[in-house]
Amino acid sequence: MKENTIDHSHAAAIFNKDVERVNWHDETLWFVRSKRDKSAHAIPEWEALRETASNIKNNVLSNIHDYLVEFEAKAKENGIIIHWAADGDEHNKIVHSIIAKHGVTQMVKSKSMLTEECHLNEYLAENGVEVIDSDLGEFIVQLRKEPPSHIVLPAIHLKKEDVSDTFHEHLGTEKGNNDPQYLTEAARKELRDTFLTRKVALTGVNFAVAETGEFVVCTNEGNADMGAHLADVHIACMGFEKLIPQRKHLSVFLRLLARSATGQPITTFSSHFKKPRDGQEMHIVIVDNGRSTQLGREEFRNSLKCIRCGACMNTCPVYRRSGGHSYHNAVAGPIGSILAPNLDMKKNADLPFASTLCGSCTNVCPVKIDIHDQLYKWRQVLVKEGYTPSSKTMAMKGMSAVLANPTVFKIAGKAGRFVMKNLPFMVNNNLNAWYKQREMPAPPEESFREWYAKKAKESKDKK
Amino acid sequence: MSSRDSILSKIKNNQPTSVSELPSLSFLGLDKIDVIQTYKTVLKGIGGFCEEVSSLDEVKAYIATHYPADKRKITTIPELADIAETEWTNDDPHSLQNVELAIIKAHFGVAENSGLWVTDAILGQRVSPFIPQYLTIIVNKKDILATMHQAYERIGDLDYGFGTFIAGPSKTADIEQSLVLGAHGARGLTVFLME
Repeated sequence: MKENTIDHSHAAAIFNKDVERVNWHDETLWFVRSKRDKSAHAIPEWEALRETASNIKNNVLSNIHDYLVEFEAKAKENGIIIHWAADGDEHNKIVHSIIAKHGVTQMVKSKSMLTEECHLNEYLAENGVEVIDSDLGEFIVQLRKEPPSHIVLPAIHLKKEDVSDTFHEHLGTEKGNNDPQYLTEAARKELRDTFLTRKVALTGVNFAVAETGEFVVCTNEGNADMGAHLADVHIACMGFEKLIPQRKHLSVFLRLLARSATGQPITTFSSHFKKPRDGQEMHIVIVDNGRSTQLGREEFRNSLKCIRCGACMNTCPVYRRSGGHSYHNAVAGPIGSILAPNLDMKKNADLPFASTLCGSCTNVCPVKIDIHDQLYKWRQVLVKEGYTPSSKTMAMKGMSAVLANPTVFKIAGKAGRFVMKNLPFMVNNNLNAWYKQREMPAPPEESFREWYAKKAKESKDKK
Repeated sequence: MSSRDSILSKIKNNQPTSVSELPSLSFLGLDKIDVIQTYKTVLKGIGGFCEEVSSLDEVKAYIATHYPADKRKITTIPELADIAETEWTNDDPHSLQNVELAIIKAHFGVAENSGLWVTDAILGQRVSPFIPQYLTIIVNKKDILATMHQAYERIGDLDYGFGTFIAGPSKTADIEQSLVLGAHGARGLTVFLME
């Protein structure tokens, strides 16, 4: 899959060319957000659950060294083989070495955003291993050679006509048959054959329990289980922040996860893997890839509490109208925009600016990550480190000169009102991004200061 | 230094200097609800069917009228040996690919999300609730708990190799958010609530 290197605002401009599709994308994600609200409001103690989840995650991050050591020891006792990967490259090599050891060249994989982050599919393809993504949304985007555009709804940027065309080309479905039921059935048949023939299955991890050494994988489709229970080898890949202290804490997270994600009371399957089945080999790859660095950034540490529900994307007015691909990162949206700069500040310097800072993301986050505050803080870090575009820096410098001097401010205001009123073409043109897709309000006759001075004079005259 | 040791030492250096306290969960999940009614409503809402029965004979009668007689059925319940195979638990799991219906038991159910808890001990094979075209699960009415907090209290420190909560049939909405039942797992789930 090709790296998207154009920045967020330009990619968003391209996405916005198809007005009808953008409106559909916007409304569909808002519908998912509404389902989340309905589901959350049906739980009187919802806010207490969020607070508890947040506190559990705070505890995890403050003691994660010991929890990891405990998890490793328990998982080993359970017969699971543990690997540690410092970065994406090491992760990919470990996974490949397991596949190579078993002498196979094919693998089935359920959803794992970590493997997207590490670009595992590309690495394995280069090494002669064919990977098939079994989550329906991921299967669709994989056939189209696209990355997922949403962590929970990977193909949300596509219409059923697109899926129909893709399946017609790759699976030989009837041309022009856009019925989701028919298309899903075609994928079911195709993937059933895949599940039955693959010796190695890879899954992600939603939660890993330090106390017991088990891990939990949540799906609606049952694809992780179909893969894992039929394969001789099960590889589970996790970022180290997936840990939770005790099994009973799963109650809190499983109550929050699906309700926040799609409004469902729980995913169809919440599978707890503790030991390999008889004759099976089970591996866990624990990945750092920048997470320990983020742990050390006090202001951004909280981002590691994320349980990947996607609620912040569904609610985000910028995400809904710019699409997941515009974020050019495995995790898009508000949470992706605070995780990505940690991985590569230069490449992802645009992302913390892809926000109105409205705070809706923070309000829906089930583990209470201060997402919009972190977006704001990243902007400051990026400017200080010199990663912002010079046009933005110049504009900011100009702005600060104007705002720092009352006389200059007064003159600038007057000039602005004059230009907007008498010479609108000077501001309403292609060079001014503020006029794209919107009209500016009519300029006021006078400034607040002028109005205030006038009123003060009037009331003085009355006396 | 191995990756393990270097990751762990970096984490140790970078994690907060003091451990923040673990919250108590004891105040959660205490709202009084009608567990059976809630269970049935939630299950229906996510596409499952519910039948209240008082004997295995009623289960047999239901299966006889709702599933084709000539298709392969498997069960873990010895009393159902006359309507379904029982000698499959040591077979290659791939050999279950042509199963139309699996009839299994759950340890307990959860009213707030209609999830049913099953483990290795009663699954026969791990793949048994996933690979058949249709799934039926029998659970005792008295074993329906209110929320996930009671569920994990009940599980406690039980040792299992594999366990899962099953809530409704396998589903997807990955094509334009249109809900389709029967993604990769069972296309339909019927829960028998046993008196």
